[in-house]
Amino acid sequence: MSVDWLIPAILTIVTAATPLVFAAVGETVVEKAGVLNLGVEGMMIMGAIAAFATAVSTGSGFLAVIAGAGAGLLLALIFGVLTVYFQSNQVATGLALTIFGLGLSALIGHSYVGKTFEGLAKLDIPGLSDIPVIGPLIFGHDGLVYFSVISVIIVAWFLNRTRAGLLVRAVGENHDAAHSIGYSVTLVRMGAILFGGAMAGVGGAYLSVAYTPLWVENMTAGRGWIALALVVFASWKPWRGFLGAYLFGGITIIQLYAQGMGVEVSAQFLSMLPYLATILVLVVISRDSAKARVNAPACLGKNFHVSV
Amino acid sequence: MAETPRLELIGITKAYPGVVANNNVSLKVMPGEIHALLGENGAGKSTLVKFIYGVQKADTGRMLWEGEEVRPANPNAARKLGIGMVFQHFSLFDAMTVEENISLGISPELTKGDLAGRIREVSAQYGLPLDPDRYVHTLSVGERQRIEVVRCLLQDPQLLIMDEPTSVLTPQEVEELFKTLRRLSEEGVSILYISHKLEEIKALCHTATIMRMGEVVVECIPENETARSMAEMMMGENLVSPERAERHTDGQVKLELSNLNVVSAHQHGTELKNINLQLRAGEVLGVAGIAGNGQRELMEVLTGEVLLDEPASIRIDRVSAGRMDPIARRGAGVGLIPEERLGHGAVPEMSLWENAFLSGATRMGLQKNGFIQVAASNAFAEKVVDEFRVKTTGVSHAANSLSGGNLQKFIVGREIMQNPGVIVALQPTWGVDAGSAAAIRQALIDLASRGAAVLAVSQDLEELFEISDRIAVICEGRMSEARPVENVTVEEIGLLMAGIGLEGEPADAA
Amino acid sequence: MLLRLEQRPEVSKSMVYASPLIAVVLTILTAMVMFALLGVDPVKAIATFFIEPISTLDGLAELCVKATPLILIGVGLALGFQANVWNIGAEGQLIIGALAGGGLALAFYDHSSIFLVPAMLVSGVIGGMAWAAIPAWLKTRYNTNEILTSLMLTYVGLLVLSYLVHGPWKDPEGQNFPESRLFHESALLPILIDETRLNVGWLLALLVVVAGWLLISRHIIGFQIKVIGMAPMAARFAGFKEKRLIWLTLLISGGCAGLAGVIELSGAIGQIVPSISPGYGFTAIIVAFLGRLHPVGVFFAGLLMALTYLGGDSAQITMNMPNAVIGVFQGMLLFFLLASDVLIRYRVRIGPHKVQAEVAE
Repeated sequence: MSVDWLIPAILTIVTAATPLVFAAVGETVVEKAGVLNLGVEGMMIMGAIAAFATAVSTGSGFLAVIAGAGAGLLLALIFGVLTVYFQSNQVATGLALTIFGLGLSALIGHSYVGKTFEGLAKLDIPGLSDIPVIGPLIFGHDGLVYFSVISVIIVAWFLNRTRAGLLVRAVGENHDAAHSIGYSVTLVRMGAILFGGAMAGVGGAYLSVAYTPLWVENMTAGRGWIALALVVFASWKPWRGFLGAYLFGGITIIQLYAQGMGVEVSAQFLSMLPYLATILVLVVISRDSAKARVNAPACLGKNFHVSV
Repeated sequence: MAETPRLELIGITKAYPGVVANNNVSLKVMPGEIHALLGENGAGKSTLVKFIYGVQKADTGRMLWEGEEVRPANPNAARKLGIGMVFQHFSLFDAMTVEENISLGISPELTKGDLAGRIREVSAQYGLPLDPDRYVHTLSVGERQRIEVVRCLLQDPQLLIMDEPTSVLTPQEVEELFKTLRRLSEEGVSILYISHKLEEIKALCHTATIMRMGEVVVECIPENETARSMAEMMMGENLVSPERAERHTDGQVKLELSNLNVVSAHQHGTELKNINLQLRAGEVLGVAGIAGNGQRELMEVLTGEVLLDEPASIRIDRVSAGRMDPIARRGAGVGLIPEERLGHGAVPEMSLWENAFLSGATRMGLQKNGFIQVAASNAFAEKVVDEFRVKTTGVSHAANSLSGGNLQKFIVGREIMQNPGVIVALQPTWGVDAGSAAAIRQALIDLASRGAAVLAVSQDLEELFEISDRIAVICEGRMSEARPVENVTVEEIGLLMAGIGLEGEPADAA
Repeated sequence: MLLRLEQRPEVSKSMVYASPLIAVVLTILTAMVMFALLGVDPVKAIATFFIEPISTLDGLAELCVKATPLILIGVGLALGFQANVWNIGAEGQLIIGALAGGGLALAFYDHSSIFLVPAMLVSGVIGGMAWAAIPAWLKTRYNTNEILTSLMLTYVGLLVLSYLVHGPWKDPEGQNFPESRLFHESALLPILIDETRLNVGWLLALLVVVAGWLLISRHIIGFQIKVIGMAPMAARFAGFKEKRLIWLTLLISGGCAGLAGVIELSGAIGQIVPSISPGYGFTAIIVAFLGRLHPVGVFFAGLLMALTYLGGDSAQITMNMPNAVIGVFQGMLLFFLLASDVLIRYRVRIGPHKVQAEVAE
């Protein structure tokens, strides 16, 4: 086995993991604030189509990513208004978000099927990017890959080292107490929900403008749900979510390379791997219920209402 | 001496849908004064202080601070004025450290620099030992209250509001708290002390404002009053103590716990250690103790919500019952009254008749071949409502439409009407108005007089002394020997509640 | 804020039923605005969507054919949702149920027997139950979230279907199309009205509605389901077994979905194709909510949702509108429903707080 094979494999892992990193890190913040948004899949797919449509019409990858974030944010806004202000059930609302997002994206995407976009530009630093092995591995990605790593660093720092992050955790831990010592649970949660939506949107944008720069209906293929599982797997810790995403990226490449290596298994069975792996991971992490609950925000999924 | 009041409220009114919580309430607190706000549950005390602390807004009325009109929009604004508050239900975050908790509850500018150092300093200064790095879930209730007090003191408050601070403390801890409060008062800090415990108010407070049904009844000097006279002002009626009929407490053993050991199913729960107890027909056995010392775990194994490995650890009428589920236990004649009315003892959104069916299905024959007998369930619920004077317009109303006292009467009635041989009640009158509480206590005593065995677990010592024949104490999962109520004093019980004198190693003063 | 939510002393029973109607009206109004913006005559579009498809007997029959799986699955899901068991993998259970039934039809494709259809139905139910048993087992044994596991299994189910129609079950005489053989006459559900596709499955759906209604409103199991959903602690207090209810609700909803799958296959399609369901398993989630998690409500909601499928088809044919508009409609309807549901527990007040004259007791 030569290095020639290894480098593209690692690059594939990176591209498969990056959309999951965005979605999972965003959802981590949402859940830390005590909100369970099951609409990640819907927000991702809307991010994907918004980004792709923008990319095709403007040709700008940057604008495409902004549009993806905006689309995710708008969908999250619906979720936030319904759950935070209208007290609707978070599980039901998240499902509605996914159904709506899949439908709307298909509707908008109808006229974009078959169009193409050249994809996000890869970083190219003369000298550095040409170094064998290290060059392509560290200096050869598109901007979003670096941004995903930076966002993990920022979110981890925000949650653990800043007062605002402490407040987000406090709201997720005990919203009544946070309210009675004078914080606006509503505002904190809305902020977290919108951030999560924007991040899911960027994750979707990555799929349609970098991973496979074209539009296919349902192209997220359950990645939003896998991101939700990753948050649980990571015990609500951004860095573990990042590692989890790369683990899943690794499983994806088994799929791609197994056939190339002459393994006699139907494509369908290989495609099942990420889903089966998700189930396996959930079992491993949840089987000790006491342990699994330690890091879960105590108010996760509970609505807050105060009569003023 | 024309001193300006530190705080003055004029004509505060606040209405909720269907309830006027405060009606034209006025009161004055002078600098250095310890001012009691006295009233029953539901008299409007909490609503009033939430307004002062900026958590809630009033509909009408004015608030003067040092003579100037203010209207704190939120707790941060109130803290800036110099108002601190210790909540009855602590506003703490279990999964965070003491320091993080304090940091969230004070002005941002105070969190800069060596906060941990200042926490240690203040806590040492006022005799409130605290370790800033400990996680809240590892602390006892008393220690948690210290966090709230220290959090206020760091702000250099001019007015400290304390909402029912002693309901979770041992008598000895109460004394310690009073020392701290008196010292603060001497330093010029005003204290607004909310309670319904009359003896405490007599011991601590300079003045008292008594509220009833949202209105101020009278202002008085507690020193010049008797507990009884204040009680009458508070309730507006003469209360009768429960009558104790002639009792025969030497009946056969109905419920027996022997070498009961249980590992808690809860995160941060308490392990029950080697509990032995015999409950006889015709007696009321009271179990005192501060919340969080194993009461919940004890209740769970008694109800059958948690099953034991060793069936013989619990015997009901001499039959091993450790592995009987709640349905089987009810069949064996056990009545159960959990602490939490809404969501445990009753389903809030369900009607009263459905809630009657909830626990009465087996014993009252309310189901046939798996189908619900609606008419019979309605009749049973109506009987409970009649017999226990539950105020409601019909049994098809949802449980959460009833007031706390009425719902508790319904739950207690539902269990008693099933004619149990043993009844186990956890905090039977917690958060219930005095009238309902008296009725519930009387009902438990009457049940014992009819030959049932009653186990009452409560934090309220007055209540236990009133209804019990024998009293035991639970502390850190261990239970003291039950002693006849004539032979123990409140002080002795208090020491046991703090874990002093129990078998095994004495606990750190909890 | 000018608008305030004020908690009602008790849930409003009339709003429970009014809320879905409000949601439907709001959805139609929004859709009309949307059509107007797209340059389509809104009145004509609504007529195409909601009236045209059911203006013929054939159309009405087709409505029932489409409503059958939605109602079947919706009833099962509603029971689970009431118990806070969130099976959202009904689509996968539908597919596996269809494969279990369809496999039987293929195995006996050259036999004629009156027992074949009943055996296929039973095998479909078992298939759906088996697929739902996985999340049930994982949840009760390993505490694993059933939302994620049942959904992941849907993707796996779709891939199993794809594998079978591309591989072992492909019609040997089918010019390499990914489709199975056509089922034998005796593997097809009896048709109720000639010249239509309305079949016995519709009657089974009605039967399930009645059974579900009896279970939820009169039977102790329905009572237990409701209690565990509303107040899990109270359920423990009453001695109801949580794990048993998780198993039960997942098996019921899985069985219903499996039944829906096999009915779709042997009643409407007649062979195994790569796409058995246009997302019935997901739409049924909306059906369950719109029907207030009550079997009778689910019946009406199922008919309404079936109409959106027919409307989508007719809009595609006569107005050249993409089929995806159905999903947008359905999602929008659910949003409006969830928003109007706030009125069940709260009333909306305008303006500042007013003091009421009542006094506390």
